[in-house]
Order: sequence, then C-alpha cells, then structure tokens
Amino acid sequence: MAKVLSIIPERCTACRACELACSVKHTGEFNPTRSRIKVSIFLEEAVYIPTACTQCSEAWCAKICPTTAILRNDDYMAYYVDDNKCVGCKMCVLACPFGAIELYADHGKAEKCDLCLSIDGDPECVKFCTPKALLFTDEDAGPKAKQAATALRMKEVYKEVAG
Amino acid sequence: MGWTGTILRVNLSNGSVTKEPLDLQLARAYIGGRGLATKILYDEIDPRLDPLGPANKLILATGPLTGTNAPTGGRYMAVTKSPLTAAIACSNSGGYVGAEMRYAGYDLVIVEGKAPHPVYLWINNDRVEIRDAAQVWGQSTHETEDALRAATSAEAKILSIGPAGETLSLTACIINDKHRAAGRSGVGAVMGSKNLKAVVFRGTRSVKVAHPQEFMRACLTAVAKLKADHGSGEGLPTYGTPGIVNVINAHGFMPTNNFQFGQFAGADKISGETIHEEILIRNKGCFACTIACARVTEVKAGTFKGSGEGPEYETVWGLGAMTGVDDLAAVTKANYLCNELGMDTIEAGVAIATAMELFERGYIPEREIGRSLRFGDADALVEMTEKLGRGEGFGALLALGGARLAERYGHPELFMGVKQQAFAAYDGRGAQGIGLGYATSNRGACHLRGYTIAAEVFGVPRKMDPFSTEGKAALAKASQDATAFVDSTGTCVFTTFALGPADLHAMLELATNAGYTEEEVVKIGERIWNLERLFNLKAGFSAKDDTLPRRILEEPIPAGPAKGKVARLGEMLPEYYRLRGWDPQGVPTPEKLRDLGLYPTP
Ligand code: SF4
Ligand code: SF4
Ligand code: SF4
Repeated sequence: MAKVLSIIPERCTACRACELACSVKHTGEFNPTRSRIKVSIFLEEAVYIPTACTQCSEAWCAKICPTTAILRNDDYMAYYVDDNKCVGCKMCVLACPFGAIELYADHGKAEKCDLCLSIDGDPECVKFCTPKALLFTDEDAGPKAKQAATALRMKEVYKEVAG
Repeated sequence: MGWTGTILRVNLSNGSVTKEPLDLQLARAYIGGRGLATKILYDEIDPRLDPLGPANKLILATGPLTGTNAPTGGRYMAVTKSPLTAAIACSNSGGYVGAEMRYAGYDLVIVEGKAPHPVYLWINNDRVEIRDAAQVWGQSTHETEDALRAATSAEAKILSIGPAGETLSLTACIINDKHRAAGRSGVGAVMGSKNLKAVVFRGTRSVKVAHPQEFMRACLTAVAKLKADHGSGEGLPTYGTPGIVNVINAHGFMPTNNFQFGQFAGADKISGETIHEEILIRNKGCFACTIACARVTEVKAGTFKGSGEGPEYETVWGLGAMTGVDDLAAVTKANYLCNELGMDTIEAGVAIATAMELFERGYIPEREIGRSLRFGDADALVEMTEKLGRGEGFGALLALGGARLAERYGHPELFMGVKQQAFAAYDGRGAQGIGLGYATSNRGACHLRGYTIAAEVFGVPRKMDPFSTEGKAALAKASQDATAFVDSTGTCVFTTFALGPADLHAMLELATNAGYTEEEVVKIGERIWNLERLFNLKAGFSAKDDTLPRRILEEPIPAGPAKGKVARLGEMLPEYYRLRGWDPQGVPTPEKLRDLGLYPTP
C-alpha cells in the first residue's frame, strides 16, 4: 500500500528541523527557503502548522503543466518534477491550491515534496521530527486512527447519555 | 566551510557598514559564538572602558553549528563588556534569530559607537540599513517585533530591547522571538546605550557544511542519544526546566527569601508539575531543538491574566522562591512582564528580593517604596516588576540590580551574588561545586558557566555528594571548560545531559573540516576560559573578587537536609587555581598561557 506523509500539527514544537533536513537532503545545503516542507509559526496563538504537498489524487500542478514535467510515481503515489522537462513557466505554482510547489530562482525549476523518492524514498523530514508530528504511514492509517479516536469519544458520550 | 566567512561591522556613530572576511585561523582557534566573539572583543576594546559609553562594542555571534540540523543548533551569543559586573559578558539565546543571521550570511555582527537618535538595524541578506526607530522607542519587545516585522518582512526574525534597556537598567536583557532572552549581565543596557532598539534579520542564503551526508548521520546519532536520555529526552520535554523545582527543594538548597532559607514551603505550587497542570498550553522548541523545553503558557483569569512563554526554573525561583511568592499566576505574570519590558528574570527577581529583605529589616522606609514590600506578597511582586521595567519611582532603584540597591541602603552584605551579578537557583552552601562555580565564573555568579549541579544532583556524568568539597575544583574546571566549548559551537548546554565532547566534536569536524581532534576542542574551551579571565584581570578584577557573600560563607542554612552547611570556598579555591595552572593570586602562569596558545599574544 502507498504511504503518505501525515502531519499532526498538535505535536509540532516549531523546531523547524524538518525544513533543514529537507533542504539539505535535496540541495546539500541548509536553507529553509529551499525546503519543500514549511512550518508556519503563529507565536501569539501558539499554533504551529507544518505544510507540504498533499500529493493530490487529481493534481492540478501536473494537469496544468504544459511540458508534462510533473509525473507521478505510482509505487509511491507521489508527484515529482522532472528537471529535464521543467521549463520554469510557473503554471504549477499558480495552479496548486496550497502553495506546495515553488520555483527557485537560482535554477529556475519547480521544486515540491516528492516524499524524497527522487533520492531514496525515505522522507528525511520525518526522521528529524522528534515529537513525531510528521509520520510516514500507510495511506489509510491516518483516517483510521481518527475514526478510532472519534468512536472512542462517542462511546464516552453514549455511556453518559445511556447511563 | 562551516563558517559563512563574513563579519558584519556596523558603526552607529558614523553610520558606516562594512563586511569583513572572517579570519579563518582565528575562527579555527576559537570556533565561534562565545569564544570567537570574546577574542575579538579582547583585541578591540580596552577592558577598563565604560561599558555604557560609545567605545564599548556589542558582538552578536553565532557558531558553525548555528542554522544546521545539529540538535539545538540555533543559538547566538551577545558578547560585550557588562555594565552590571564590569566584567566580560556573554549572554546566550535560542529562538530563531541566530539561524536567520547565518542565513543572511554572517557569522558575527559587531555593533560599535552610538547612534545620535534611536535606530534599528535591518539586515536583509547583503543589504544593511540603519533605520530610524522613533516609532518603536518606548514600546515593549512584543510591540516592537510586530511593528518591525510589518515595516520589513513578514519572515523577519528580530531581537530587541524593551523600556528596561532603553532606560539603561542594569537588569536589562535582549529579547528575541518575543520570548527568548539573552538574559544576563545587562546586555540590553548596552544596546540601549547605543540607541539601538532592535536588529532585524532576514536571510535566504544557505549555510554549508563540509560533509553534508555524514554530518546528517552524526546529527541523527546525537538526536537519538538526546531522545534516549532521561533528562533531555523525558524530564525537560515533559516538565521543562521547572521540573527540577521539587528535586532541588528536597535537597534543601533551593534559595528562599533572599537565601535566608534553603527550602521553600510553596515550592510545589510553582513546580513543573503544577505548571503542567494549570497553565501549560504546549511545548515549544527553539530552532533545530529536539528537546523543546520551552513552555507556552496562559493564565486564563484573575488579576494576573496573560499569555506568553515560561516560567523557566530560574524564573520560578527568582520571582518565586526568592521573593517568597508561591502564587503561580503572579510569578508567571511577572515573567511575562520581564519578557515584554526586557529584563533578566533572575536579576529582576533578586533585586526585588533584596529590597524585600532590606524593607523587612527596616533599612528601607515604606515611603520610599510607596508601599510595604514583604516576602510572599504577590501583588507587590508584580507591581515592582512593572515599575522596575519602566524605571518608575522605586523601580528606578530596583533597575540598578540587587548589588547596587543593597549598597545604596548601606547593607551590601544583603545582596546575594558575585561580581554584582545575582546568584541562580542553587544555594552554594548546599551544592559546594556550584558555590565554587559562582565564585570563579568570569561573568559573575552564574549557573550556566559550569553546571556542576549535573553531577551533584543528577549524577551526570557521575554522582557526586553535593555537600562534599572533594573533587569539586576539578569538576568546576572541567564543567567550565566544556561549557565554553559548547557555547562556541552554536548549540545549547542542555545537550550535555546526553552528549559528550565526542559527539559535538564529530558534528563540528564534519561541518568545518578544520582538522579538530577531540582533545583539542576541550582545550579550546580552556583557552576561552583563560582569555575571559585575562579580560577581567585587565578590567581590574583579581582573586579577591572570586568570593561569595558573607551569608553563604558564614551563616549556615538554618533547616532542612542542608541544615548547618556553609560554602567551604577556602577548601576548594587554592586547588582550583592550581588545577587551572594559575598562581595563588588567580593569574594564569606564563606556562599555562603558552600551553593554551595565548602567549606571547595576547
Ligand atoms: S520537525 Fe516536527 S516538530 Fe519540528 S517543526 Fe517540523 S513538524 Fe514541527
Ligand atoms: S503541488 Fe499542489 S497541486 Fe501538486 S500534488 Fe502537491 S498539493 Fe497537489
Ligand atoms: S518527504 Fe522529503 S521532500 Fe517531502 S518534505 Fe519531507 S524531506 Fe522534503
């Protein structure tokens, strides 16, 4: 079964280790602006939200790409950018509803999270996220866990009402 | 590699901005952060100068690991001559600013001179502007950050001073990322004296290390060790630093009511466990930190309503046990005020506690304070903290710090600290090693310049009897040297619970490729310690300043497990000097200096 990058913002401590790990894995240098995962930190509200490409089933970035540079690896269910085909037209940047794909000025090509499949398929960000806010799990593990938690809550309510 | 190789020098007197290449030989010899900045300060200023005069310099310094995945690799140092102690100051902070400074392309930022009017620095990669700060002068650190982010970049990372720094309070710190502090030694007042309200960084460049893949493997190994360790993997993430309140109190050396007692009856009310239950919102990590000891908290209701980060262990002590206040909401509120107004929670707390003892003994008349000021008075604590931060009324005297306050009222013996800097939250009568550490610390009383408590309480690296003086000279020295090394890399001393010099050496060497050996990095720590000592000797300090207040040396702790103990400094100091290779006057011998590569230069 394909694995997905699941993000649990409640666990995030805003350390940004994931941003660094991602950038160094893909560029060899530490540079958060080159990370494919971004942590938005709202200090006042104490809300920290890591975001990365969701690998949409119907990926607008890929659909709109005039050179078909954005391809899907079906084993991984992840979209990646073929550097040889990308011409830097920025259509994908416009199309992605999440801002999850960016164009980097220094090489003029699009970059997005590809679950590290262009390297070794072993997400680096996940390895460095000590509080486990990032997980690389089976596709349905996330929803399953949420379903179980919801059921548990309902059971408590049910007991109260019925009891 | 490892270093960005560029120093930014800004002269506020004439508005000049220059970029200089970093002397890589010097960088290798002092690593970065605390070490490198101390060397530069030592070379560039006269240690006797007026710390609040324009000739003093403020160096913001990162290490080669700042901005990398090395766990806790986000720290910067503020190095300057301290207006509180007149000794060398090096105050350290986490948050995101240090990393952003490196992404902007700089290892160090040296600020010189004094601006003719309030300004802030806007450092946007290569572009550096000295901008007018009239709009934010007088504002809190939080307001300043919001306003300057709006004026520059939403992604900017900012360090600033609050009203305390502007009014040159000797308790003033530098605040960054709203809740992180380069806290001690009055470094905020140095910024204030330069009319420098804030430094704003935005950097989009890369930090490079020599061997990225091996470096990342070394980082993962370090992360795993930190995770597996009881302190850094469990205690600190779960309860933050206040998790040790009950432990230290149980040992009987939690300084209470200005060191009149060794135990605090209300300890549990301000403990990490209570914070966890009552006010904790969530944990937070500094940049690249896998420990995440910071507490995001909120006091939801009542007079002391508010939200922010903290309190830390030293804070629940300084503003809590030390002032006898066990009202967590009040202590937390006072902490928030310190962050917003920009003062060190330790120095502020001790100043208030000193005033409380002076008042209770009848040395300060009530009319001068404008109210009664007794130990345990939560309202007084919060009111005095605010007055101190703004320099209003009696607050202007508190803003001088406990040492000068006690002196002013004719009872200098009631100030609890060394070299005019307040003690931290461990009584040197109970933990003998920390007593020696306080007495000999180059920046005045300080627990972070050699955390002997790790051995004396937590058994890291091995358990030592806190009441015994045996082996404490060696412990203090080793701990001081190791800390000087850690502080120079750009990482946090909390890693030392789980990591040894070998781990840090591995990351440092893979980052810099400078050919460091493991023995050498520890020696660099010793070199830094000695250089700081030389700075202080030149500034006029001598062996007579390596001492403790009379209370700590002569008045035994009255009750509890440490009952009857005093600090036996005399048993440890000569041995300490000997181990350091210093003469009986505490002056490094020429042989020692030669051995450390400090002779004939400086
Ligand atoms: S590594 Fe994990 S905890 Fe740290 S910022 Fe990223 S998602 Fe959050
Ligand atoms: S880049 Fe955007 S559109 Fe493309 S797969 Fe990711 S989230 Fe979907
Ligand atoms: S999975 Fe890989 S590419 Fe995607 S954000 Fe994580 S490190 Fe970056």
